Amino acid sequence: MDLKRKLAILADAAKYDASCASSGTKRRDSSGSDKALGSSGGAGICHSYAPDGRCISLLKLLLTNACIYDCLYCINRRSSDTPRARFTPDEVVRLTLDFYKRNYIEGLFLSSGIVRNPDHTMEQVIEVARRLREDHDFRGYIHLKTIPEASQELIEEAGRYADRISINIELPTQKGLEKFAPEKNLPRTRDAMGGIRERIDAARDERKQHRRRPAFAPAGQSTQMIVGADGASDHDILHRSHDLYSNYRLRRVYYSAFSPIPSSSPALPLKAPPLVREHRLYQADWLLRFYGYKVGEIIHREQPNLDLDLDPKLSWALRHREHFPVDVNRAPREMLLRIPGIGVRSVMRILSARRHGRLRLGDLGRLGVSLKKCSPFLVTCDYSPQPSLLEGDRLRLRFLPPPEQLELDLGAPAHDPLAAISARTGEI
Amino acid sequence: MNTYSIDPCFASWRTAARRLLSARIDPQDILWYDGSGTPPLFSGDLDGLPPGEAPRIPRAFFPLAEMVACHRDPLRWSLLYQTAYRMTIGGKSRLLDQAADPLVRTLNQRAKAVSRDRHKMKAFVRFRKMGELDSGREQFSAWFEPEHHIVELTAPFFAKRFASFDWSIMTPDRCAHWNGRELRFTDGVPASEAPTEDALEEFWKTYYSSIFNPARLKLNAMQSEMPKKYWKNLPEAELINDLVKQAQARTHGMISRPPTVKTPRPPSGS
Repeated sequence: MDLKRKLAILADAAKYDASCASSGTKRRDSSGSDKALGSSGGAGICHSYAPDGRCISLLKLLLTNACIYDCLYCINRRSSDTPRARFTPDEVVRLTLDFYKRNYIEGLFLSSGIVRNPDHTMEQVIEVARRLREDHDFRGYIHLKTIPEASQELIEEAGRYADRISINIELPTQKGLEKFAPEKNLPRTRDAMGGIRERIDAARDERKQHRRRPAFAPAGQSTQMIVGADGASDHDILHRSHDLYSNYRLRRVYYSAFSPIPSSSPALPLKAPPLVREHRLYQADWLLRFYGYKVGEIIHREQPNLDLDLDPKLSWALRHREHFPVDVNRAPREMLLRIPGIGVRSVMRILSARRHGRLRLGDLGRLGVSLKKCSPFLVTCDYSPQPSLLEGDRLRLRFLPPPEQLELDLGAPAHDPLAAISARTGEI
Repeated sequence: MNTYSIDPCFASWRTAARRLLSARIDPQDILWYDGSGTPPLFSGDLDGLPPGEAPRIPRAFFPLAEMVACHRDPLRWSLLYQTAYRMTIGGKSRLLDQAADPLVRTLNQRAKAVSRDRHKMKAFVRFRKMGELDSGREQFSAWFEPEHHIVELTAPFFAKRFASFDWSIMTPDRCAHWNGRELRFTDGVPASEAPTEDALEEFWKTYYSSIFNPARLKLNAMQSEMPKKYWKNLPEAELINDLVKQAQARTHGMISRPPTVKTPRPPSGS
């Protein structure tokens, strides 16, 4: 099979992994070397964007899409009739270096279907990373997907070459895994993540003492959950995320709305969940990590799914009107962060600006805050919202999306306006 | 009202601004000329200014000012002088903390635009391979059209990342060249000088179309990060229209095709 055909098959097979981050690793570059290639550290760079709105930062490939597992949501499961291909390690090394030199990518994201057994597969993946780092002195970014069933020594080796390593948890509950991914199991995945966390912590401590000690996955570990393939609720998903962030110090949990795949299993829903659900989960995730919300404030067992119409921060504010309006000239940082429409950076600007004088509503506009969303919830020295604004249903209605916003809602019923709302991740 | 002539770079503005500040010249009394636009009829003489000690500009000014100086706004030199004046003679040494101040807001917006442009340059420059030296050292070349005057400020990023081959980045304003030891800058060139092909682009385009998921078309999200003005210099962008056109049919095909009910193959090596 020619290389271009393999590339087409094995990139297609890799696209259901949402992670493409290339930021937050150790700073390094190739200054003063006539052999080394690449640099990393600092902000990630997105070298292109596909029409699905996703950034292309890394060359995202599977080493092979043959797989002995039969996870129903996966296009590469052994019962799927998708065409199969396999790269040699050298082919991946060549493509990575050639793409990198042309400034198409920040580095490589390498995953693989499981062939023969988990250790054998892991060895092949590591071999690509080893050749890049040792034979070619590659200093760009490497993300390796690891397999929970692989031996600890191999995970150890992967972390020495990779900036980031990840294990996909796939579904938030053991029940879901039993039904959809019979070879996978939650306790084993958690054990493996725990092992990785210990190794990352140990390497960081060692490097504090001796700066020349080798790094271990300096950009940390991440994972991915598939949304909308099984019956798991947002409550299940967000509690699992909270577990992963607090117990395993994951850098990121990615949410991937289940996407229809060719030759799917009859056990799966035919239609994709609305992309806005994925978007709301990312917003909730941001609230957990950067805004100081507790998971129980965002989601309850009685109402186990996020409101698709309103972002979770606004929903919280509407449920807790007794905390508003907030005085932007006096309120502590934690409370400023809870004002709908004001993001982390705006809060920093407000804190810095109010040291020099009392803020008026116009000042907030000049600080880059969108007044339309936040004005019912705050007080400045020249403005306070009408008290009636915070009462009754009018406030909620004010924020509901207009009924006609349809465009490009592929795969969703034509009368569902939610499916059309663009689902970007980002600040709230 | 005097017009003072400088070279269009931060270092030249800085030298002139120090002289003007030491003579306590009010921002309202001067204009700046950096070689673009109509030359002034009368020029002020910096050396003829009354001598004095230059006030110390707070350190926080410089990283921001260096960015603003790259902006294409013809008023940037004047904005910078107003800022430097207020931070020194005006007594507002912490001026930059006041993000709601109209002048500070304008500076921040200019700096942000420059920073974004630099980021896009790091992302969207596409090298094409031109050949190899006898020593085996590879040579690459790229064409890019930045919005602001960012080539000099951004070239060191490429020199650190791509130290081990020779490269040139050509733009209409300025060109940067790296030979493994030093960065060199030359005048801008017309687009006709741009390198035209690289056999590897077929692989890159194959990758681009394969990594795209037709079941989640989101054109606005793509275009807000990769605006159309960049497309003409991105080899993969010529695929976008066709990918979008076929997306609906491909997705429909996936959904309408009956699910595969197949006896699982026995596990095999590959």
